[in-house]
Order: sequence, then structure tokens, then C-alpha cells
Amino acid sequence: MSIEVVLVACAVAFALALALGLALGWAASRLTPATGRLVEQIDALLPQTQCGQCLYPGCRPYAAAIANGEADINRCPPGGEATVRALAALLDREAQPLDPQYGASKGAVVAWIDEERCIGCARCLPACPVDAIVGAARYTHTVISAQCTGCELCLPPCPVDCIVLRPAPAASWRASLHRAA
Amino acid sequence: MARNDFPAGLVLDAHKAQALREPVVEVPPPRYVALALDQGSGSEAEPVVPVGASVRLGTIVARPSDPFAAVLHAPVSGRVAAIEVRETAAAGGLGRCMVIENDGGDTRDEALQPCLDYAATPPDELIARLREAGIAGLGGAAFPTATKLATARERDARRLLLNGAECEPWICCDDALMRSSAGDVVLGAKILMHALAAESCVIAIEDDKPEAIAAVGTAARDLGASVTVTAIPAVYPQGAERQLVTTIFGDEVPARGLPADIGVTCQNVSTAAAVARWARTGEPCTSRVVTVTGSGVARPRNVLARIGTPLSALIEAAGGYRGEPLRLITGGNMTGRAAPSDELGLTKAMNCVLAATFADLDARLVAQELPCIRCGDCATVCPAALLPQQLHRAALAGDAAGLLRFGIWDCIDCGCCDFVCPSQIPLAWRFREARRDLRAQEAAAEKAAAARERFERRERRLQDAAAAEQCVLDAVRQQARANAGTPATPPTDRAE
Repeated sequence: MSIEVVLVACAVAFALALALGLALGWAASRLTPATGRLVEQIDALLPQTQCGQCLYPGCRPYAAAIANGEADINRCPPGGEATVRALAALLDREAQPLDPQYGASKGAVVAWIDEERCIGCARCLPACPVDAIVGAARYTHTVISAQCTGCELCLPPCPVDCIVLRPAPAASWRASLHRAA
Repeated sequence: MARNDFPAGLVLDAHKAQALREPVVEVPPPRYVALALDQGSGSEAEPVVPVGASVRLGTIVARPSDPFAAVLHAPVSGRVAAIEVRETAAAGGLGRCMVIENDGGDTRDEALQPCLDYAATPPDELIARLREAGIAGLGGAAFPTATKLATARERDARRLLLNGAECEPWICCDDALMRSSAGDVVLGAKILMHALAAESCVIAIEDDKPEAIAAVGTAARDLGASVTVTAIPAVYPQGAERQLVTTIFGDEVPARGLPADIGVTCQNVSTAAAVARWARTGEPCTSRVVTVTGSGVARPRNVLARIGTPLSALIEAAGGYRGEPLRLITGGNMTGRAAPSDELGLTKAMNCVLAATFADLDARLVAQELPCIRCGDCATVCPAALLPQQLHRAALAGDAAGLLRFGIWDCIDCGCCDFVCPSQIPLAWRFREARRDLRAQEAAAEKAAAARERFERRERRLQDAAAAEQCVLDAVRQQARANAGTPATPPTDRAE
């Protein structure tokens, strides 16, 4: 075999590598994966409790963390196994059990203020991520059950522990149905 | 016309004759009535009288909070004893009820007025008065008649169809009513036609009820009403609204649509009779005819009873239990529900109480469920032309997209697929559960979307507030810097 043949083969291989490398480089810069859309899609599957149990400050930041590969998909206790399954299907990953480190799934709950004991300190108002608590300083507060996501963020600021979590109205009917069955 | 025009369906053995041997008898008003606030339409009315209040016969005791429930009247005079969660005929077996103790006086509320000159009443006013009279679909859905009529007027549905098909094998209360009160059925048809400004009215009756067909036909001639009485083949589920519309008019009701979309309004014959009774006497919807039957009662018959009458009193009126019934079912054997006990009250939706023994029940109700062998029998009988085997697979897998693709919302819950399934799979029940789960998922998604919107609005508000605060702070600092050197310099500026 003559040296020319070897050189031509090397040149062809080099040219090919160069061309493909340039093409891939261009594609990487111009055709970025639509991370923004992926975040939207993931966010749409999260329960929007904004509770922060995943240690991110809300559902959207957690969705962004999943999209960037920073966080795993099993950190959302309010969503439970159903959310993990939906996320696994969307991201084409293996479904896994909920990570107990971030809490356990409790079913649908809403906060309820014992108005007899509420002192009207207004500390729970700014804690609510969805503005579902009404009230003012030195007036009794109450929770709008229909808007409450059951995130529990109003519990720690309360100095008299007058806020409790109750099963959400629809869920409690469901539960009573299961008891009856 | 008068053909079995919908796909498939089943010819079932009728068990109606035994309950039709005896005339309709009135059940004495019970000691107390248990009025379910959800009368069967799936929406609860809100009580408007407190516990302890005394009410008269026909006093309004609960009003709907949405258009899907009917106004509820006291069926007896007496005292409101309780408003509490009790066993009901609704899905799941529990619901809020109002218990009224009967004082035995049957003192009528003075507010009740008949509507003798209905022809001179403007249709919209007539519909409003029917709403106040609490008339609801007595065929089994308890959907408020006024809401249906209002929708029909909005969509200009001027073809009135009265449903006297009554295709469930055990139920014969409409048959008994048409025989005994054919005049009311026809008068009701005339009133409904006036309310709708209807051009025509067809009363459709299955051809296994020749006496009812004759009685209604005679009444129509006597009252000079422009109604057509049509005999239709006795094929289950002929009485299902969509299927009946197809049989009579040849048009199909669109998926997730209403008969009003193709210009038809469908009402049950017993609803028409209730309308007529209200117009003649002012009596609101406080009683109904109900079939009490099955091998588990001594004398199966049709009874006229107040709404809220405990089932045990209805059974009593039919001669009491015979032997030990295996199951007490409200509604027919095809689409009815097992009642949790015989203490629950009669509802507007309840057309039958079936005390079924082992012999009455189909094998599917008592036999073990076996795996689907994909024989396809269910698809050949489905009157909605669905593929139940595919729906079943999707339901088991929790595959929401599959359920929607195979038309879960077009299932009319008739149970034909159950009936023919050689593996005794409770298909209709499973589809009902699947629809409930789908509805729950839709509701959860809606709630999540609302929560996200509120959260984002709050974030924006907090950012704006922080920005505004920063703005003020900057202005103060700038002012302070401008004043630098003067004795009034604030201490914060000195630190900079």
C-alpha cells in the first residue's frame, strides 16, 4: 500500500470529522432544547401548592430544577405517587417512590383557623403563598378553603397554634365513601 | 319512525306484569320524612328553614345553589327535626338530608297557587313558576325541568318528546301512571308545549304497553291535543334520552351535547303528569309513583308516596318483605344502585325499589369477575357504538388519554356490556368510577391552575412593593446627599 493512499484516507477522515464537528457545534448553539417549554410542561404537572417541601421556593423553581437536572422527580409530597408517575412519563424516566426525606403524601388538606383562639396577630397573612387567608391586625382571621392549597406555611408563624389542617371538603366525602364501602 | 334506530341494544325478559296486577295505592304519609338535599341530580339544594322551624305541606324548605338542583318543598306539615348526613340513594350512599316530623295535619301552605290559565301565562313566567314548583325529571335523573325548558328556549328547541318508553325490565311506574292518569300526561304535554312554543309533541311508548298506548291516545283525542302517540319496539335501552331521540327523529345527539342542540326537548311522561297536577291543584313536586317489586316483596305493586318516605314504609305498602332479599336496589336491575339500608327516603329520581332475591339477580351481580377474553360481545350490544373492551383496558391502566379517545363521555351507563360479558366484568361500574376519577383530575387541575395564578400575582405584587420601597429609599438618600454638609445630615449618610 502506498503512502498516498494512507494520506488520502487520513485527510478524508479528518475532513469528515471537521465537517461533522462544525455541524454539531452549530446545532448545539442554534438548536438549543426548549428548556423553557419543558419547565412549563413540568410545572403543569405539579400540584401548585407552593409549599416548598421540595426545598425550592415554589412549584416553578422546582420545575426549573428538574428541567436542569438539579433535582430528582420524587420530591413533591402533595403530588404523591401520581405526580411522580406523570413526571416520569413526561421525562421518559423510571418512576420511583417518593423520597421520605421531603415528607409523606397526606391527601388533600386545607388549613382551618380556630377563631376562638385566634388573637389577630396577622402573622399568618404574609406566609400564605396564594393569599387565601383574610383578616387584619387585631381582627379574627379565616382561611378561604376553596383557595387554600394545604401548604402548611401558615402553621409555623402562628404564636398560639390555632391553625390546624383538615381534610379538604371533597376529599373528606371521598374518605367517608370509602369507609362506607 | 318507530324503528329501533340506535345501534344494538338488548331484548330483555320483562318482569313488569306482577307489579301491574294491583292498582296504584297511596302510601299513608309517614311519621317522618328524610328529604335528601340531593334528590338525584348530583347537586345539593341549600336549606332555607332552620332546624326546629314548623313547615306546612308545600313550604319551600331548600333552594338550589346552581341550576342543576330543583327547589325542595316539605312533603308533610310538621317540624324540621334535623339537617344531617344520613344514608341516601346517591352515589356512595351518604348525603345531607332534612328530616321533617309529620304532625299528621297535612296543613297546606297558603302560598300554593294552581295555574289554570296556563295558556294565558307568558312562557318565561310559566318556566319560572315551574322552577318554584320544584318540578324535576321523574324518569330517574331529577334534573330540574325549568332548567331544561330554559335551555331549550335559548336554543329554540321546538320539538317536544315525551318519554314513556320505560325500558328497564322491572320498572312499570310510568306504565301504571299512564293507565291511571293519562289525562294528566296529555295536559302536561299541552302545558310543556306552551312553555316551549313547541310545534309538535310525540309521546313515545314501548309496544309492550298496549293499555298505556290506548289510554294516552284516548286522552289526547278527548283533550284535543295535537300530540302523536307512537309505539316503539321494546328494546333496552330504548328509554335512554339520546337513544330515544334517535329512534323517533332519526338524528343523533352530538357527543357531549344535548337534545336541544338538534331542536328536541325530551321529558318523561311522569314529569308531564307532575306539571299537570301542579297546574290543576297548585301541588308542588312532593310525591311520585314508584314501583315496589322483586321476588323479595309479598305483593309487588306501584304506589303513590310522598318524597322522603322511608323505603321501609314503601315495602310495607307492598305487603312487606317475603323471605330475605339478597339486595335492596333503588332503580332498576340494569342501572340501579344497591341501597345501604331501607331507612333512606324516597327521592324524585327514584322510580323503583327492587327487593331482589338470588333468583332475580343476573349471574354477573353475584359471580366472580374473570379476566377479559376480548370476545367483543360488549361492542356488539353497546347502544352508543363504543368499544367497552378498549375502555376497560384503559380504565384498568388508569390511562386518561385512552379513556377519552375511546369515548368514555359517550357511555350512557346502561349496563348492556355488563349483561353480556362472559367474564362477569362490572364494566358499567368501572366506567362510572373512571368518569368520577376523570372529573376529580379535571377539578384538581383547575384548582392547581387557580393556585398558580394567585401565587404569580402575589409574587408580582410583592416585587412591585419592594421596587416602590426601593424607589422611595433612593429618593430619600439622594435628598440627603444634596443636603450634605448642612447640620441636618442624617446619620445613615455619614456612614456612606
